[in-house]
Amino acid sequence: MLTFTIRRLILSIPTLLFISLVIFLLLQLAPGDPMAQVPLTVPPEVKEKMREALGLGQPIHVQYWKWIVQFFWIEPQVLIDHWFGTSFAEGKQRVISWQTRSPVMDIVVQRIPQTLWVVGLSYVVGILIALPIGIYSAYKQYSVFDQTGTFITMIGFSIPPFFTGPLLIVIFSVQLGWFPSIYDTTHVVTDWASFKVQFMQMIMPVMVLALQTTAQLSRYMRSSMLDNLGQDYVRTARAKGLREGVVVMVHVLRNSMIPVITVIALGVPSIFGGAIITENVFKVNGIGQLLLTALFANDIPMVMTLTFIFAILIVLFNLIADVLYGVLDPRIRYD
Amino acid sequence: MTDQTAADPYAALQDKEPPKAPRSQWKDVWDQFKHHKGALFGGGFLVFITLAVILGPYIWQVDPQKLDIRNKDMRPIYVALWDGTAKTGWFRPLGTDNLGRDILANLIAGGRASMAVGWAAMVLALLIGTSVGVVSGYFKKADFWLMRFTDLVLSLPILPLLLVAVTLFREPLRANFGPEGGMFILIVSVVGLTSWMQTARIVRGDILALKEREFILAARSIGTTSGKIIRRHLLPNVVSPIMVSATLGLATAIITESALSFLGVGFPSDFPTWGKLLADSVQRMEQYPERVILPGILISLTVLGVNYLGDGLRDALDPRIRGR
Repeated sequence: MLTFTIRRLILSIPTLLFISLVIFLLLQLAPGDPMAQVPLTVPPEVKEKMREALGLGQPIHVQYWKWIVQFFWIEPQVLIDHWFGTSFAEGKQRVISWQTRSPVMDIVVQRIPQTLWVVGLSYVVGILIALPIGIYSAYKQYSVFDQTGTFITMIGFSIPPFFTGPLLIVIFSVQLGWFPSIYDTTHVVTDWASFKVQFMQMIMPVMVLALQTTAQLSRYMRSSMLDNLGQDYVRTARAKGLREGVVVMVHVLRNSMIPVITVIALGVPSIFGGAIITENVFKVNGIGQLLLTALFANDIPMVMTLTFIFAILIVLFNLIADVLYGVLDPRIRYD
Repeated sequence: MTDQTAADPYAALQDKEPPKAPRSQWKDVWDQFKHHKGALFGGGFLVFITLAVILGPYIWQVDPQKLDIRNKDMRPIYVALWDGTAKTGWFRPLGTDNLGRDILANLIAGGRASMAVGWAAMVLALLIGTSVGVVSGYFKKADFWLMRFTDLVLSLPILPLLLVAVTLFREPLRANFGPEGGMFILIVSVVGLTSWMQTARIVRGDILALKEREFILAARSIGTTSGKIIRRHLLPNVVSPIMVSATLGLATAIITESALSFLGVGFPSDFPTWGKLLADSVQRMEQYPERVILPGILISLTVLGVNYLGDGLRDALDPRIRGR
């Protein structure tokens, strides 16, 4: 198992390099000009100098290599400096945003908590709703509950978040006035009352994202439970007189959770992608919203870094899913 | 008893009833498909919406682009049921927007764009996915690299990359193919290029299994060329997984196009698509909720219908489930 994990870790390095190359080339091929906003009165030779100051004068492979060095070598040093108070990265060139002329990672670090709160919480809520629904609909297959559950999950699949978001805003903020329609990220939780405000403003974005998760996961949970409920060991467990609760919630559930857990791990990156839309609907200033503004402003280093962070998430959680599958199910060991 | 057998030794071998006409595979599939109520409704709705957006402009002959400032901000006719003072009228059954454009005509035109993008992107994804799947399943040499490539593409962050590609390549394509044509090509190609991977994997798996079967061996032993084996023997046998992934692809393509339009990187502002209509109306959805709800419901119902259709097709095309 350890060798498998190490092999997968090593294999993920070329994957990440390939992805970074694809993103880099895509951005290079793109015709957007960061100098487009500069006034026309600025003479061309000054513009050329400004371009070189942004690091654009060099050939493509040099630029790519510099980005790699900055991202994989200098940024970790900055992180270590930040943690331990050392000064490895003193005076070294970091990835600089063209919009703000400040290091990209600093901005990303400011924005990530908002995204993590909304996305992470919605994922947890989604899992907590999905698992019981899946378990119960499998246990009572073809019952009214199961049929309704199937229909609702099908709807959850089909309604896109950019429709559920506005719909919830119309119903709950405009008509009923229960929740605020805009997520206030400057809000600080100090006491009970401010916690309540924070809680109220998180309900809607979290529910929109959780609906997608719930729909998908409860289907997986149901089919996985159904696979296991018909197995011989379930009959054995019942025959030796175990209570029904123990049979279902201990024996069957533990075995059914194996594929579901890997699906949960695999779903994490996609929910970050979905958060781009949800953040846009509820005006959460997380990394999804940061990506959108950077795109419209032609801020290529920012776009490159953010897209690559999404890629790292995908590769990382694919790895986690693979390893978890091997750890949880001793029948599937890859070596 | 014994006498009878002696009299007619072949009695036991004769058919008691007249032979039935042979049943074709597609008849079996249809019989199974009929039992899936959701799939019937889903397929029916898809056919209905497709016909509606194709034939709609000939029946409802209002120009979706025509500005009619006098009749702006009209409510749908059903609002008159509970609010007699609302500005409604039968000549604008679903109301007008803030520039007086007819919403029904816009929904039809938007549906045309959305469905066209959905179908085209789905076909493109299927073509790429099927050819990658067939080549890597059939030719051992190509398999390793093609599948590594598929894995790599699978681990690309799709939505951020789509956003990047659409924003950055908008201008040159617009200059070459006009604002609508350029955007159409761009969106169809980026959606198609990023959603073929599942099809490729499924097709490859099936081809790998089929390749070892006797009928392929027989075909090869009489000297059939690889191209003919693929076209005549392998492709007809992988039609069913391709059809199922086609439905999923259509649903994803429609949702992706709407999402891009919603984020403001889709078609130009005067060119309606369902996602665009929804996004444009979010600003004033307190006063005019129907402008958000109508396109949203159309997107959701279409995707729901396509998903149910896929569900039913999967059951109907699987010979192990069929007949149960």
